[in-house]
Amino acid sequence: MKYYTIKAQTVTDTVKRLFMDCNYFIGDDIMNALKCAKETEESETGRSVLSQLIENDELAAAEQIPLCQDTGMAVLFVEYGDKVCIDGDFEEAVQEGVRRAYIDGCLRKSVVDDPVFERLNTKDNTPAIIHTRIVSGSTIKITAGGKGFGSENMSAIKMLTPSYGIEGVKKFILDTVMTAGPNPCPPIVVGVGIGGTFERCAQLAKKATFRSIDTHNPDPRYAELEEELLTDINKMGFGPAGLGGRTTALGVNIETSPTHIAGMPVAVNICCHAARHKSAEIKGEEL
Amino acid sequence: MKKLTLPLTDEQISNLKAGDSVLLTGEMITGRDAAHKRFFELAQKGESLPVDIKGETIYYVGPAPAKEGYAVGPAGPTSSYRMDKYAPTLLDMGLKGMVGKGARNKEVIDAIVRNHAVYFAAIGGAAALIAKSIKKTEPVCYEDLGTESVRRYFVEDFPCIVAVDAEGNDVYELGAKKYRID
Repeated sequence: MKYYTIKAQTVTDTVKRLFMDCNYFIGDDIMNALKCAKETEESETGRSVLSQLIENDELAAAEQIPLCQDTGMAVLFVEYGDKVCIDGDFEEAVQEGVRRAYIDGCLRKSVVDDPVFERLNTKDNTPAIIHTRIVSGSTIKITAGGKGFGSENMSAIKMLTPSYGIEGVKKFILDTVMTAGPNPCPPIVVGVGIGGTFERCAQLAKKATFRSIDTHNPDPRYAELEEELLTDINKMGFGPAGLGGRTTALGVNIETSPTHIAGMPVAVNICCHAARHKSAEIKGEEL
Repeated sequence: MKKLTLPLTDEQISNLKAGDSVLLTGEMITGRDAAHKRFFELAQKGESLPVDIKGETIYYVGPAPAKEGYAVGPAGPTSSYRMDKYAPTLLDMGLKGMVGKGARNKEVIDAIVRNHAVYFAAIGGAAALIAKSIKKTEPVCYEDLGTESVRRYFVEDFPCIVAVDAEGNDVYELGAKKYRID
């Protein structure tokens, strides 16, 4: 059996770079979608908002400053190869990367230590939320994103049961977006998780927001549902910045999982147009 | 595009209609969740606030740190509905303008009409761009709150849209209604 090593410092440096990059440089998928929407948007105010967002994102990239002041709570999806040894503490290496990105990169520190009582700012944006999956292999793959809470607060989960069927799924997703209305900084990206357990479903919805919007679910039935939901959401009229228009969402991404015979949970994680995520793969050196 | 100078006058406010694009120049204070909670608790106890909000415009913002050489870091609006619990009290105390993003509840809109005030929407997510119109900032109070502290912003041609005018017309309702397809 071969084993591989990765330095904790490399993990820290990679995580730091991912969080700085995702906050400075909007993804090509989002930029392309904003530019397309600007061509088709019927509302004059809507077109003006889209122009400002494009200008904003170009400015942020050119000056390497955050494109939004809410640089988010740090969320990471990690695929950790089971043949990899780290010369240190993996969790701490990740948290240190987040700390360095938010302090050195002029990102906003938006995390409080206790959710209800003191609510004191931790001053370095830690702790990050780390979803780790052990996979077969000799690398560590990290997808990192800063999740703003203007849109996070508009998210919802419902434990639907099988008799609701596809119509029930659609209704819950559309109702959630309708309730969010102009608040989550439209045009939004809608991440949907269907199946699993309560917590797995929510995690899938988050994972869906980390997928590029120029991709589709590999299952053609869900790919079609993504398209159908996007069309329906863009009939709601909220438009760019919620001021009225045809561009309420840029994309709908669905992720699914097997579930229990009694269940059909659906989670909707709403993300603003600053759908920030970057990925990297660290290759282990053979021991 | 209308140009407005701050502080707002009653006459200026009367001329604003929901949906108007405006550029604000002058001084405004900042404050979001934590500062509003403190203001509200003082007001409830009948105590005076650390800043006189009469005639003021408040911007719901918690900026990112400023890079060296910048007056302010990216500074876009935060969601206004979280301040809905506190806004009517502040409006009744003389606050004239609010700048944020997203819809307000009926109590806030009623308080806007009752006090002849106005609610502006800045573009959520355009934080780097908006920061260009903020020329200088200085501390006012609650520095312990960090990004949520209350500061005074000196702005020039700060772009926003009249979201709720003094008659209670709401661009979030009107805009979505106009483009909704049933």
